[in-house]
Amino acid sequence: MDLRQEVYTLNLGPQHPSTHGVFRVLLTLDGETVVDATSVPGYLHRGIEKIVEDRTYAQVIPYTDRLDYLAGMLMNWGYVLAVEKLAGIEVPERAEYIRVIVGELSRIASHQIAVGSMASDLGGLTGFIYNFRDREYILDLLEMLSGSRMTFSFMRIGGVASDITDEFIGKTREFIDYFPKNGIEEYNNFITGNEIFQARSKNIAVVSREKALDMSLSGPVLRASGVAHDLRKVRPYSVYPHFDFDVPVGENGDSFDRYYLHILEMEQSLRIIEQALDNLPDGPIMAKVSRNFKPPVGEAYAEVESSKGILGVYVVSDGTTKPYRVHFRRPSFINLGHFDEMIKGWKIADVIAVLASLDIVLGEVDC
Amino acid sequence: MFETIFVDAANWLRNLLISINLSPFVVEVFLHVVKMVVILVFVLLNVMWLVYMERKVSARFQCRVGPDRNGPYGLAQIFNDVAKLISKEMILPTHVNKKMYLLAPILIFAPPMAILAVTPMGEGMAAVDLNLGLYYFVAIAGINTVVVWMAGWSSNNKYSLVGGMRAVAQMVSYEIPLLLALVGVIVLTGTLNLNGIVDAQKSAWLIFTQPLAFFIYFIAAMAEANRAPFDLVEGESEIISGPYTEYSGMGFAFFFLAEYANLLVMAIMTTTLFLGGWLAPFGWTFIPSWLWFIIKVYFVIWVVMWMRWTFPRIRIDHLMNLAWKFLVPLAIANIFVTGLAKYFIGI
Repeated sequence: MDLRQEVYTLNLGPQHPSTHGVFRVLLTLDGETVVDATSVPGYLHRGIEKIVEDRTYAQVIPYTDRLDYLAGMLMNWGYVLAVEKLAGIEVPERAEYIRVIVGELSRIASHQIAVGSMASDLGGLTGFIYNFRDREYILDLLEMLSGSRMTFSFMRIGGVASDITDEFIGKTREFIDYFPKNGIEEYNNFITGNEIFQARSKNIAVVSREKALDMSLSGPVLRASGVAHDLRKVRPYSVYPHFDFDVPVGENGDSFDRYYLHILEMEQSLRIIEQALDNLPDGPIMAKVSRNFKPPVGEAYAEVESSKGILGVYVVSDGTTKPYRVHFRRPSFINLGHFDEMIKGWKIADVIAVLASLDIVLGEVDC
Repeated sequence: MFETIFVDAANWLRNLLISINLSPFVVEVFLHVVKMVVILVFVLLNVMWLVYMERKVSARFQCRVGPDRNGPYGLAQIFNDVAKLISKEMILPTHVNKKMYLLAPILIFAPPMAILAVTPMGEGMAAVDLNLGLYYFVAIAGINTVVVWMAGWSSNNKYSLVGGMRAVAQMVSYEIPLLLALVGVIVLTGTLNLNGIVDAQKSAWLIFTQPLAFFIYFIAAMAEANRAPFDLVEGESEIISGPYTEYSGMGFAFFFLAEYANLLVMAIMTTTLFLGGWLAPFGWTFIPSWLWFIIKVYFVIWVVMWMRWTFPRIRIDHLMNLAWKFLVPLAIANIFVTGLAKYFIGI
């Protein structure tokens, strides 16, 4: 019998439980195998870059929280770093240390979502909840400082909003003691070591070193392909040269490496936080910044290593209280550029797994 | 006294009916109707309890508390769930095949009910003592595939279609290792009657004499019942809810509850075939046989839930490889070894 066969189109998203928000991808499928794919981002576009042209420099900070809402501190940091570079502001050392501490805490919180959503997108919801259990500690810590659990707006141009207290330091040390044993070890036993998890992620959607560099990937997605490129090491900003930490690198560039790097990076972040707490200098937490802040005419570009990759912020000033133009180089968006190629030839189930391993946040992708 | 409480009740009812001068045929028909109603109630009560139990068990695995607001320990949660689902409109999309779309949720309850009619739930407590019980079970269990495929195809939705295709591929593939594993049981017990199989386990449960068959049967039965890690048919993170995507209100509620009815049937069959059915272990006959049966069934259910909340979902091609390249050869080897042992040792 001669059966007619044809490929069909499946519209995955924007309303779908595991597209991490409102991401949409048009899949052309042969049975369950992906023949072709077209990503359609933009459903969460809020025009932040345009909105902030009508806000004063300080008022922009809350908008940056809404980019990568899982690591709001790092988004704040990228923006204030660019403005400080533009205006030539020297940030006090204590403020830099506080930035490092909250930034790394925010990075761990973001990586926990990456690890957890990888587990839940592969069908193991319990792994997701374990990550949320431990993320609660970090959110409590950051809430203690900023009063907010998600959109912190904690950093200021020239420093940070509030000083850290002894209570915060004590609780953070408790977390550093607690987390490797009760958190990371459990993730490794429960998720990383699981046979089905490994079968579902090892050698899936391999990105070669050359391809990763060509596509301008960054963050754990790039390092999984074997490129030891971490801005905190290669172009250090803030006080990162003071700390001793490693840049974990993957070997195969597959989904598993992309996932596992998140866990390894959590360990390194803990090391950084511990050193920062030990060597915390005294002093002010804000530089002298005028209330009517007007940076000189010019432009500046600053980059930070966010949890998803390189966050670049470009600020142009025309000498008034409002930026003339702000542009964000969003790592999630650029990492997603290779997604269509990566999933070709894999199954529907792998599409979800690969998307989870890329660890995108739609607020950042669509800006 | 408790041991024979249900058998006594049936006899009492029979004698009562005979005493009012009904013909024996009418009495038997009436008794069977009563038994079927009892089974229906038994299934529904268990399903309601299982929904609650799954919530609580999953909550415990996930460092949560689970439902605790409705009634004592949240026990009334299921009534609220069902009341909500009943009160919702069952949306009938314009593009569906109406007859099949509406028939599927009705039929989904038929196979578990039909199977439970032949399972012995205590000493002398099978509603129908069927000689071909095991054969009947395998035949009826296969119907499930058709119903799920009906839902998947008639919904006219691509996610449903993918889910339906997965259901057919998965359930048909796993019927084979399941059947082959059961052959070992039949060889050892020499009967297809489920009561006979339970009786044959008096010396040793089949899980000890047929460990490999148990292993294969358990995996295949999990795949048949669409439980994680084999829940590809629903695969909520990939294909939303598979064949059930388009259903709402009571239609969805039926599929939702049937999932637990199937889980119950799977646990009951595992208990009957491998865990000695209603037989009391260690000679502890002070606990009635039907209670032993329930205890064993719930132990199996608990293990299945434990697995569901531990493992991620397997991929469709890995699933097929597992069935055809691993379980089927193992099951055939098991039949061969069992046959040799039976021939030479004559167990």
